[in-house]
Amino acid sequence: MPEPIIEIKNLRVYFYTYAGVVKAIEDVSFNIYRGETLALVGETGCGKSVTSRALTQLIESPGRIVSGQVLYHRDDGSTVDLLKLNDEEIREIRGNEIAYIFQDPHSSLDPLYTVGYQIGEAMEVHGKVKNIKEGIGRAVNILREVLIPDPENRVRNYPHELSGGMKQRVVIGIGIANNPRLLIADEPTTALDVTVQAQILELINELKRKYNATVLLITHNLGVVAETAQRVVVMYAGKVAEIGSIDQIFHNPLHPYTVALLRAVPNPLKKIEKLESIPGTVPNLITPPKGCRFHPRCPFAEERCRKEVPELKEIEPGHWVACHRY
Amino acid sequence: MEPVLKVEGLRKYFPVKSLLRTIGWVKAVDGVSFEIYPGETFGLVGESGCGKTTTGRTILRLIEPTEGKIVFNGKDVTQLKGREMLWFRRHAQIMFQDPYSSLDPRQTVFNIIMEPVKFHGIEVDDPEEFVIRLLESVGLNEMHLYRYPHEFSGGQRQRIALAKVLALQPDFVVLDEPTSALDVSVQANILNTLKDLQKKHGFSYLFISHDLGVVKYMSHRMGVMYLGKLVEVGPAERIFDNPLHPYTQMLLSAIPIPDPELARKKKRMEVKGEPPSPINPPSGCRFHPRCPFAKAGLCDKEEPPLVEVEKDHYVACWLYGKA
Repeated sequence: MPEPIIEIKNLRVYFYTYAGVVKAIEDVSFNIYRGETLALVGETGCGKSVTSRALTQLIESPGRIVSGQVLYHRDDGSTVDLLKLNDEEIREIRGNEIAYIFQDPHSSLDPLYTVGYQIGEAMEVHGKVKNIKEGIGRAVNILREVLIPDPENRVRNYPHELSGGMKQRVVIGIGIANNPRLLIADEPTTALDVTVQAQILELINELKRKYNATVLLITHNLGVVAETAQRVVVMYAGKVAEIGSIDQIFHNPLHPYTVALLRAVPNPLKKIEKLESIPGTVPNLITPPKGCRFHPRCPFAEERCRKEVPELKEIEPGHWVACHRY
Repeated sequence: MEPVLKVEGLRKYFPVKSLLRTIGWVKAVDGVSFEIYPGETFGLVGESGCGKTTTGRTILRLIEPTEGKIVFNGKDVTQLKGREMLWFRRHAQIMFQDPYSSLDPRQTVFNIIMEPVKFHGIEVDDPEEFVIRLLESVGLNEMHLYRYPHEFSGGQRQRIALAKVLALQPDFVVLDEPTSALDVSVQANILNTLKDLQKKHGFSYLFISHDLGVVKYMSHRMGVMYLGKLVEVGPAERIFDNPLHPYTQMLLSAIPIPDPELARKKKRMEVKGEPPSPINPPSGCRFHPRCPFAKAGLCDKEEPPLVEVEKDHYVACWLYGKA
């Protein structure tokens, strides 16, 4: 039985805007198991990024974590609820035991500091090195690990002197500097070209194996999911629609949304006569549809779907779906 | 059959300036030739900076070409002036990537669609009815007539842009990453609409995209660009089944396949390096520094010509013999 490293329970995140309360995350629960790569997929605005940020309380005003628990099982066997920690305590974990890689490498690096300084700083604030000088020294090894050629000289470069792919390698370097147990990669390759994307994904996989870390990969690209993850959580309009292994999700999708999503993606290796599209648009989360949030776009919607919220049920081992049809 | 569009030796160099002196040239498009036939979609793929967008814009003379011929319905576009240029502007249209910046935020949908129609002096009996019919053909309706762009989602805005293109009944449309800013479910919808309209009106498309899955779905024939040059041209099916150029092979092996079983079986090729700067492109074959098959003394010295390796399938690589 795989043991969880993170257990998310009934997480709710709302954004209090002038237009109304946006219920961005509504009752989201899932586990992340130690050593796996779990992909969180969904379309724009489905709450995948908000979920990943809420794990370490990275939600800024007007957003608020309304309720829920995020249980983090440390390597030493102790368990903490990350949402109960105060600012100081969570900061000790964030960037250290749980690190992030964000989408846009151009904005996640500070243009005024060398890449070596930025990697060194990440180690210094968590007390892994005595001072920034030692940190910059260690940064050379980290740059070598993320396969940046000529790291001795690159360590003195500023971000603008590096290409997009190289910058993302530096961002990954900052992420792994403190040997994190959980690496949260939020659309790490969306801003990059395909050939560079393949290299970055390969690198993340390799580092994960080497450090025996767990990866939470957030992406909208189903191809990236199929090639890198072991399990998938499909989100729609702030709720979990389906959870399963990649083979379960890709070969036996149960939720009508997952089915539709898979049919909408053009597979370059297959001959496709006609792509299927999903009618309608993603709902407004200030006044989300009652019952199942997918019902206005669902071809199988019945009376019950309009009234009752479907619960997440386990249909086969490890395969969960939130749909009244099951 | 006569091609709608024939591009020959198209070049576009942008100057790199330091104060007042020109210190170099960005060879964004460097000798590109292809044809597009009536009712056909020609896909153009490549990574960012390979010159695919510049090619699309230069063809329409939104950017003046440095050199080369662009023959549209028998006329050389680079020589057109006055009324003839107006004729070209009407019959060759473009749809841009970003639906947020390509529509005037201060105009209603009705005005956005009618403006080019009035400009070109196209007689319309009942403008409202005319616009409603256009909106319906792209999946919108009369409710949307007097709304402003900010009231629409990204996918709907692309539909408005499409209705605007349709209003002029063009022969040829450049689609520059028309779905890159959209979610997959919406993307599928727009792609299908584009295909349906092509069947109905017989449009020719130049479909520019970095997404190989989308290009395969849309295109009859396609070209792969690398650093300002076409490295492979042929029927889309053939290129995907049997990619000849090492760059095309690398590109195909790098795209993630949305199917775990196929992904595990996929032939993998080591993907190395990043596209170099087009200011000082590598000598000889521009791909040679990243190419696993590069032969010293040949690939780094001489530039391979585009040769026909099998019927209609062209490749620019020394692996396929000297021309």
